[in-house]
Amino acid sequence: MREVLAEKISETVKALCIEANTSLSEDVLEAINHALAKEKSPTGRDILNQIIKNAQIARRDKLPLCQDTGLAVIFVELGQEVQIISRTLEAAVHEGVRQGYEAGYLRKSVTEDPIQRKNTGDNTPAILHVELVPGDKIKIGFLAKGGGAENCSAIRMFKPSSTKEEIEQFIIDTVEAAGPNACPPMIVGVGIGANFDGAALLAKKALCRKVGTHSSGFTPYQWEKELLEKINKLGIGPMGLGGTTTALAVNIEKRPCHISSLPVAVNIDCHSHRYKEATI
Amino acid sequence: MTNNKLQTIPKLIKLNVPIVDKEVAALKIGDEVLISGKIYTARDSAHKLFGNKPPFNPKGAILFYASPTPTPPGAIIGSIGPTTSTRMDSFTPNLLKMGIKITIGKGHRSPEVKAAIKKYKAVYMVVPGGVAAALSKYVKKSTIIAYPELGPEAVLELEVKDFPTIVAIDSKGNDLFEYGKKKYGT
Repeated sequence: MREVLAEKISETVKALCIEANTSLSEDVLEAINHALAKEKSPTGRDILNQIIKNAQIARRDKLPLCQDTGLAVIFVELGQEVQIISRTLEAAVHEGVRQGYEAGYLRKSVTEDPIQRKNTGDNTPAILHVELVPGDKIKIGFLAKGGGAENCSAIRMFKPSSTKEEIEQFIIDTVEAAGPNACPPMIVGVGIGANFDGAALLAKKALCRKVGTHSSGFTPYQWEKELLEKINKLGIGPMGLGGTTTALAVNIEKRPCHISSLPVAVNIDCHSHRYKEATI
Repeated sequence: MTNNKLQTIPKLIKLNVPIVDKEVAALKIGDEVLISGKIYTARDSAHKLFGNKPPFNPKGAILFYASPTPTPPGAIIGSIGPTTSTRMDSFTPNLLKMGIKITIGKGHRSPEVKAAIKKYKAVYMVVPGGVAAALSKYVKKSTIIAYPELGPEAVLELEVKDFPTIVAIDSKGNDLFEYGKKKYGT
């Protein structure tokens, strides 16, 4: 067994909170630059330029890219040969989020109770997904998920006899309904299969795949490409003010499911897609 | 409704607070407007507390749907940008009736808000979401004026200089979202 101090996990999470929120990933920046070269609307180009300039200022001044620094969503791949010392994995992760949001001057956007809505004041609890994997490493993925785009997400339980075209229409309709509210150009994560909760988690994991890469599994690369083209023909454009860049990527992930089910979840993220990883 | 013939050339306009009603009424969708002067921030929780008495004089006021990140040492304000305006829709007609002339946020407005914008000759402006580090540089002063207990959702009075906005719904009820989507959708 490899022993890892819980404090090491907290430190790593803390650093990820700050890095993800202040430094836009290269894959996202590249996609925005690529979109800028093709965008037809002058207002759209102006907004894409503002996004690029904002990324430079945020990195230089260590300021959050967006005022909504998100709900902290954390994916842990925990090697089975790791023993965590001094406190639980969960406590270590929450502590890291608490420290990161405080030290990074990030906004605390979590309510204690969804109905009473009092702010917890430290951006915890985070959402934590743990997967046990072979080996003695801990891989931590951090996603700062803004509320605007998250609110535009949707799930539908299709019939097994539903066609690919019906699924496609649901994905496009979800993007169209999101429109300007999701801060386009957006990233569209799609989870197909599993069950009700499994499809939603798949969609979120799909979002975390690098922009411009395609699933190595049995997701047809062609479908992601076709869907992206169709979405970009909607005309919604940057911030919904009209244009040819509505999405930067469509990432689809699939899993086996029950013979009577066909769940499809669409999780949307804004252009300020803040995902970073680290391995301990 | 949006008229496809409405091919006005977007203008770059400077707007100073206190605003002149006539200047606001003359703004057209797509115009880029640089605002200078005092504006107020409020989002969901503050709107709930407003009732008929917002904590500032609503006559001719500019309301920005926003709540910044905490202010780092030595800075005037943290990152600040718009939240989704749609969530404030149910409160907006009453606030426009009280005299608020400009609301700033991101995203769609409801038909009721659009009708109220037309009725009270107001304007809805948008600023891009996700460019909050850059937007913070236009804020010259920030003061909490109400509801500090709401934490990040407290109402702030901001002094801004050439704060860049785009007119999304003008006083005639034209809607840039509808217009833009029609123009670029295929």
